[in-house]
Amino acid sequence: MSALILLFRREFGLAWGRGGGAVLALAFFASITALTPLTVGSEPERLAALAIGSSWLALALSNLLSLERMFERDFEDGALDQLALGPVGLVGVCAVKALAQWVAVGLPLAVAAPIAAAALGAPDAVLLLALGAAVIGGLGFAFTGMMGAALALGSRRGGLLIAVVVLPLFAPPAIFGAGTLAAAAQGLPWAGGLALIAAWTLFSAAISPMVAAFSVRDALG
Amino acid sequence: MLRVRDLTVARGDRVLFSGLCVDLVPGTARVVMGANGAGKTSLLRAVAGLLRPLAGEIVLTGFEDRQAGLHLMGHQDGLKGGRTAAEELAFWCGWAGADPAGIERAVERLALTPLLGLPVRVLSAGQKKRLALARLVAAPRPLWLLDETLAPLDAGWRQTVADLAQVHLAEGGMILAAAHDPMPFEHQVLVLEAGQ
Repeated sequence: MSALILLFRREFGLAWGRGGGAVLALAFFASITALTPLTVGSEPERLAALAIGSSWLALALSNLLSLERMFERDFEDGALDQLALGPVGLVGVCAVKALAQWVAVGLPLAVAAPIAAAALGAPDAVLLLALGAAVIGGLGFAFTGMMGAALALGSRRGGLLIAVVVLPLFAPPAIFGAGTLAAAAQGLPWAGGLALIAAWTLFSAAISPMVAAFSVRDALG
Repeated sequence: MLRVRDLTVARGDRVLFSGLCVDLVPGTARVVMGANGAGKTSLLRAVAGLLRPLAGEIVLTGFEDRQAGLHLMGHQDGLKGGRTAAEELAFWCGWAGADPAGIERAVERLALTPLLGLPVRVLSAGQKKRLALARLVAAPRPLWLLDETLAPLDAGWRQTVADLAQVHLAEGGMILAAAHDPMPFEHQVLVLEAGQ
């Protein structure tokens, strides 16, 4: 247990600080949000209609940004060897890495998501739900993204490959998330959509550490 | 003891060595020598369990999971340039299961105190190697796998590490090392030749 906590603190420190992490993802998220009115037009009615969908799209893209750092640096400097030899096994290492990614990057983005939606004119009634959906979905983004990061390990242009592998897998939460919020904005029931996001997150949390551990072991051997 | 039987290791389609047998009893060291590409590093990685051999058996007596009974010092140190030496020391020693007393012992033996406040990126290759070696001292494990560990160290530090290795052997430890030059502690030599 103490080894897992030790590892979490290391992974969080690496994901949070020094050269990007949360700040970079937030800046990227803010940039996309700021570009939206410039591309679709700044009339309030039109923006309000797009606010929910565009903030979810920005959230998914921003969650992609720092995925490359999850394994690539540890792989290049030999740290991944030592992590693989450690007391918790690679599946545990991968699970902790995804959790740290979520806390360091996913949660700050989740806090930013309702702010961006509100700035674009989404109704106040959905903002709390937007936060909740982004918190839960962010965990799924981290776990799903980790699979792509592990699969791309050791290949050149890994960052690009990760995006191509992972973005299609982000389709379910993008559909459920935007659908849930749109339903809530119209006063329709939304709990089912949120449950689907949670189900997708649980599914990815269950399989992603094993898939990632398998890919990492393959890259090391 | 470490028992390696009929080990065959390949990289891609190329068989590096086959039918390799090594026995290492407590208190002894074996230095693997051979040309570049002969498979020294692959042998150590196979023994560490990072590389799956094509065939053969590797047993470390007393350990169901042999990774808990060995330390691998690879070419690379796995240290992050942006973190301080103290952070990296605490993490890697803790990851290997060292207690605070063990870490203190490692800091003292390897004279790490003046380095602790510095970011790893400003350390020299030899200083990084000393920092990485700390976990071997901090968390005692019977088998050390050393891959060119002495290469970046100066003469004085080579001697210090040789002394640490002697102490490790005297306490019943085992060392399997890959090197191009003889190591400054008692050992037997195993020569790997391509296609052996």
